[in-house]
Amino acid sequence: MNMNERFEAYIASDAKIEPKDWMPDAYRKTLIRQISQHAHSEVVGMLPEGNWVTRAPSLLRKSILLAKVQDEAGHGLYLYSACETLGVSRDDLIADLHSGKAKYSSIFNYPATSWADMGTVGWLVDGAAIMNQVPLCKTSYGPYARAMVRVCKEESFHQRQGFQILLALCNGTEAQKAMAQESLNRWWWPALMMFGPRDEDSQHTEESMRWRIKRFTNDELRQKFVDMTVPQAELLGLTIPDPDLKWNEERGHYDFGEIDWNEFHHVIRGNGPCNRERLEARRKAHEEGAWVRDAASAYAKKHARTDASSTHAA
Amino acid sequence: MANSAHLNYVLRLADDAVIQGQRLSEWCGHGPILEEDIALTNLALDCIGQARALYALAAERAGAGQTEDDFAYFRDEEAFRNHLMVELPKGDFGFTLMRQFLFGAFNWLRMEHLSGQTQDPELAAIATKAVKELRYHVEHARDWVVRLGDGTEESHRRVAESLAALWPYTGELFAPDSIDEWALQAGIGPDLNALHSRWTAIVEAALTEATLDLPSSTGWMQSGGKAGRHSEHLGYLLAEMQSLARKHPGVTW
Amino acid sequence: MSERSTWPLWEVFVRSRQGLSHRHVGSLHAPDAEMAIQNARDVYTRRQEGVSIWVLPASSITASSPADKDCLFEPANDKVYRHPTFYDLPDEVKNM
Repeated sequence: MNMNERFEAYIASDAKIEPKDWMPDAYRKTLIRQISQHAHSEVVGMLPEGNWVTRAPSLLRKSILLAKVQDEAGHGLYLYSACETLGVSRDDLIADLHSGKAKYSSIFNYPATSWADMGTVGWLVDGAAIMNQVPLCKTSYGPYARAMVRVCKEESFHQRQGFQILLALCNGTEAQKAMAQESLNRWWWPALMMFGPRDEDSQHTEESMRWRIKRFTNDELRQKFVDMTVPQAELLGLTIPDPDLKWNEERGHYDFGEIDWNEFHHVIRGNGPCNRERLEARRKAHEEGAWVRDAASAYAKKHARTDASSTHAA
Repeated sequence: MANSAHLNYVLRLADDAVIQGQRLSEWCGHGPILEEDIALTNLALDCIGQARALYALAAERAGAGQTEDDFAYFRDEEAFRNHLMVELPKGDFGFTLMRQFLFGAFNWLRMEHLSGQTQDPELAAIATKAVKELRYHVEHARDWVVRLGDGTEESHRRVAESLAALWPYTGELFAPDSIDEWALQAGIGPDLNALHSRWTAIVEAALTEATLDLPSSTGWMQSGGKAGRHSEHLGYLLAEMQSLARKHPGVTW
Repeated sequence: MSERSTWPLWEVFVRSRQGLSHRHVGSLHAPDAEMAIQNARDVYTRRQEGVSIWVLPASSITASSPADKDCLFEPANDKVYRHPTFYDLPDEVKNM
């Protein structure tokens, strides 16, 4: 057996790969692409919700939203750290994001224009993300799997708080309920797009499945998401904006309409309603923070401790 | 118990907390590095938590069936009694951290006093929790003031400018008005003169370490926030914060 | 300071409660040890996960090489007599 074959056999036995283990270049590259894309999504994902933190309609909602957006920063951080164990620096990853070379989840290129979006994003976007993420807790790369365990544990309140926002709106005034429906109308299709292209059009699926970096196909997860979400929408009394949506007794699943793949590809290519401003916001934060990072580095250099740490580890 | 000076005293504490929290939360998603984004959000969360507890106490005492949100969302700017310093726009990272240090040190000492007084046990309980949070705020902000002051030429210049811009707003922290006098007499509030010297010692030590000069305390000081006379900035802050809640009065969120 | 100044990477260990040892929870970037502690507090103990934190520069860790896995760890495999289950004792012997 050569190194490659040994690696494939090892992975097939469901064993974990750790940072210093030998791995094929393609495996490393795929991981870096996937983990960094995931990290970027968390960080860019802070923006549409951060947009409502200062306008949250109650102090409790403000606190919850802040805590949630903060978690996303944390998740980005865990994932960047996992990625760094593969020998790439966070600076390089961020540079790729800012140059437009790296991708992030397209969902965040849609605007959050109403408060109800804070509910819908939690319910659908985090719901879809959880479907993608839970299987990743068992992914083959140890640091990624461990980061995902942490992410999933923390994520569990995100979807619930979103649903609760919508529940309050749907039990509220006509205007509140209309706000919720309008929001669902805008987010439903983009949420379905989050699972990526159809299986037959996905270039990475097969290899990623074999390497256990990915554990379900795009279409499998999308179906599971629709099946799970429809009864929840009914409970809220909201109408899913898809005339083709109906239960298929034979399949034991909901049938649903065709995604507008043209829009999907356009948003990925940078033509979504917010692509430009999301990246600009990230770049601006990074550039405006440069002097701060430089200052702390300079201070640390000047005051580098020559003595051992002040308190002994015990 | 619904003595109006007493109620105003509590509301003033709450207003300081909510406005700070609002300004800090503007950083969410825009910090200089992820680690600091998370840290600033923690500070914001603490402030909003303090505001909620204080507004809830005020609501209970006002006895008119208000909620914490009625105070935060349905009062106009002249009803807010926060210090001017906290409503100033967030500025750059150095400005925010310098403010957090200058105001935080004051607030920490104030809360420490309130946690120890026995005339208002409910307020003491809130203050006891706040003191722990504020101690961390001051420590974190102090560490940054020192790093920025003693970092690069650019950071020194920037943070020195922030210090100069903020300094005229420190006077209001220690200039007692009738409500402060009442609180002192009632055995609830601190003696702001005594607080001032402790504060000055803390600030001076940090600024020295940061290689920054302590500005003169004899210059002109801005004031008015405690009396409801605000800067132009508060109106915008409240317009943003209150817009949605006011569009739908009386609903549940 | 025009070159990108990168804050070093720190490994974070958290004691979740008194009586347990510190456990590796992840890493972060910080300019120095003091800030690393504060950042670790904010990043890794937001949900009451800890009562004590260690941070150490990632660069100061010396790790065993995966290539040495066999020679380092396999020799222990046949030292079964180190495990209590190796010793078959009559059932009458209680509490041992």
